[in-house]
Amino acid sequence: MTITIRRGLVAAALLGCAPGALMAQDFTPESPECIAPANPGGGWDFTCRQAGKTLQDLDLIPSTMQVVNLAGGGGGVAFAEVVNKRADDNDLVVAASSATATRLAQNAYPGNTMDQVRWLGSVGADYGVIAVSADSEVQDLPQLMEMIKSDPTSVSIGGGSAVGGWDHLKVLIAAQEAGIEEVRGVKYIAFDGGGEAVTQLLAGSLQAFTGDLSESTGFIESGDIRVLAVLAPERLEGEYSDIPTAKEQGIDAVGANWRGFYGPGEMSDAAYDYWVSALDQLYASDEWKAIMESNGLAPLDLQGEEFQAFVQESVSEITELSKEIGIIQ
Amino acid sequence: MDLLASLGDGFAVALTFQNIGLALMGCFLGTIMGALPGLGPSNGVAILIPLAFTLGLGATPSLILLTSVYYGAMYGGRISSILLNIPGDEPAMMTCLDGYPMARNGRAGEALALSGVASFVGAFFATWGLVLLAPQLVKVALLFGPAEYFALFALAFMTLGGVSSTNQAKSAFAAALGLGLAMVGVDTQTGVPRFTFGEVHLYDGIDFLVAIVGLFALSEVFIFLEHRGTDKDASTAPKLAIGRIVPSWGVLKSCTPTMLRTTVLGFIAGVLPGAGASLGSFISYSMEKKLVDRNGTFGTGDPRGVAAPEAGNNAAAGGALVPMLALGVPGSGTTAVLLAVLLSLNITPGPLLFTQNPDVVWGLIAALFIGNVMLLAMNIPMVGLFVRVLMVPPRILMPVVAMVSFVGIYGISGSSFDLMVMIGFGVMGWVLRKLDVPLVPVILGTLLGNAMEVNMRRAVTIADGDYSVLFGSWLTLVLWAIAIVGFVLPIFVGGVVKARMRGAAQREAAQTD
Repeated sequence: MTITIRRGLVAAALLGCAPGALMAQDFTPESPECIAPANPGGGWDFTCRQAGKTLQDLDLIPSTMQVVNLAGGGGGVAFAEVVNKRADDNDLVVAASSATATRLAQNAYPGNTMDQVRWLGSVGADYGVIAVSADSEVQDLPQLMEMIKSDPTSVSIGGGSAVGGWDHLKVLIAAQEAGIEEVRGVKYIAFDGGGEAVTQLLAGSLQAFTGDLSESTGFIESGDIRVLAVLAPERLEGEYSDIPTAKEQGIDAVGANWRGFYGPGEMSDAAYDYWVSALDQLYASDEWKAIMESNGLAPLDLQGEEFQAFVQESVSEITELSKEIGIIQ
Repeated sequence: MDLLASLGDGFAVALTFQNIGLALMGCFLGTIMGALPGLGPSNGVAILIPLAFTLGLGATPSLILLTSVYYGAMYGGRISSILLNIPGDEPAMMTCLDGYPMARNGRAGEALALSGVASFVGAFFATWGLVLLAPQLVKVALLFGPAEYFALFALAFMTLGGVSSTNQAKSAFAAALGLGLAMVGVDTQTGVPRFTFGEVHLYDGIDFLVAIVGLFALSEVFIFLEHRGTDKDASTAPKLAIGRIVPSWGVLKSCTPTMLRTTVLGFIAGVLPGAGASLGSFISYSMEKKLVDRNGTFGTGDPRGVAAPEAGNNAAAGGALVPMLALGVPGSGTTAVLLAVLLSLNITPGPLLFTQNPDVVWGLIAALFIGNVMLLAMNIPMVGLFVRVLMVPPRILMPVVAMVSFVGIYGISGSSFDLMVMIGFGVMGWVLRKLDVPLVPVILGTLLGNAMEVNMRRAVTIADGDYSVLFGSWLTLVLWAIAIVGFVLPIFVGGVVKARMRGAAQREAAQTD
């Protein structure tokens, strides 16, 4: 509660300021730049572009955010570039998500760790869902887990990420919480994107689907799939409030695909504070709320130290889980 | 009649001054991007997304701009294929096979105009297919599980024989090389990196575009460098004639059945998510070759060999919009980018799109019709302009090709590593050309190999390691049957055809002597 009140005050203070007036800062970026570690059109690209545009609209940055696409290695190329070549660049931020944390945890960025950069803040989260097709006889999450427990080969679960990726891990987190000890037996089939996996669910090749809420909304509204559980700490607000959480079904699993930013590791403290506060104000703005709503993003408001701790925690969680399923030694 | 009324509303949405201007701009930019090696439809669309956002366009105008670029690039890809033997993008690869020989025979203008018409036919009927059949076609996409996809890709490879070379062993070697290259990168089914040598740049696999530009464009530059100042120097070669710039009725008539058949094939390939335009143009060409190439003229500048892949890939471009709009599943790289745009405009593609956002869908479809007519009108008169490229002496043209290749590839990924990979492919392409190994199967292997492998493993994993699942449904059996007929038949009929070809070659030789 205190956090929300404090944020409310910040927002109110902001509204009091004349638009265009930048807060007194020790640091202002000369040419703000955002690296999207993927080709144009992907999630990271949109994080950069939309956050950049909104930051400029709100006059939180002095000039246009230049977006640079640096694709490769699932974000590893950009990470290495920031660590090796631009470690003290104060004007630079990089888009990141749960996929970044997953790859860091699994050493998929060779030689790089999460401590080499400074984690700035999140701008929202996309909660995981586990769904079945509308004509499936499975009615709730415990029933599905029971089926997996009695015969793991009877349930094929499809998702949009590679084996060991976030869609896979989410379902394993739920399986662990449901008391399935041998999580390696859970049959996960990797597809290129959630849409393809849902199509195969409807085609009858799969028995269940794991993905993000935002990639399943079209099929939820049309009634083609039934969401067994959303992996959120509490029920979502708005039109998806009737979807039960895994927690209320007795399976304490939370899986959020967060979106946020990191900056170079040797960024000055003044610059770090500047970006953290800019993201904080961005998050609090109505403009960003509207973008979150239209993109199916749920609230996840963590900046600065809190965000750093959050990423740290999720990296160690994923490391542990990945060891269990044998993705890493 | 509801359909026509909706389509009418769509035209009302699309036919505003601003939208027509956007469509015109999109078609023009798209054609140019398609023609430049290194820039294909998906990059073209992706590059223009920020423009659509900066202009503050609404949902329908943005989509009109971006789909015009998409269709424009599909048209434009053929231009450099025909004139330079360098495909502008992946689906235009097959057009090289007969388009470039046609240009060499002094029929460049005719090839360009004919391919423009074929593109129009393919795209036009595919758009009608989208209007009339989208909801039903979704059911076709649902028939394809992993096993069926595997059979489909296997079919593509089994009909590969003789597509681009008379030496089957070299074709097979090239395809195997491509399949090997497709293995590079993180394996999605186990999460383990393969053949990456700890190099993070290779984790995402090899970008097709880098491979194509290297293999085709750079190797062409190397060949030019090699022959510079020698007898084989292309710059002293006799000037290529441009030829007539409007195809004769006779040629058009002989190509009409080809265009119609390949439109259907290409459209179906487009509808299947994950198959896409490249498979559409490839299957169109190889099937058409099997069907009508009685005299062995395919590959030597047969107009039908130009019409087939162009109608096929443009029809596939239209077909790929079906699963994107109706299922939210992109059927190709470009539709994946368009999907991202739709989502960011707060439109959720999916089963309900047609009822929830009819103005967007029908406005988009009307824009496709408008863009298509615009492209035909723009492309035919411009043939005369395009062919002037052939007038440019190679010593000027080749450095430009090299420059565009480097800038194009660097512009997309911003990574100098990709440039090194591209040069590597250029050297490989040069060596392969020296050895007379066809390049097209290499790209096909790289392009389709991953999808083929992944679908086989999905099918087998779902069936708990039981390989019989690959023959488990009527659809797989049908696909396997076509594949086997396509593979075996040429072996039996091959002897007859070869004898005839030899006869034809001798006659020709006798005539030229």
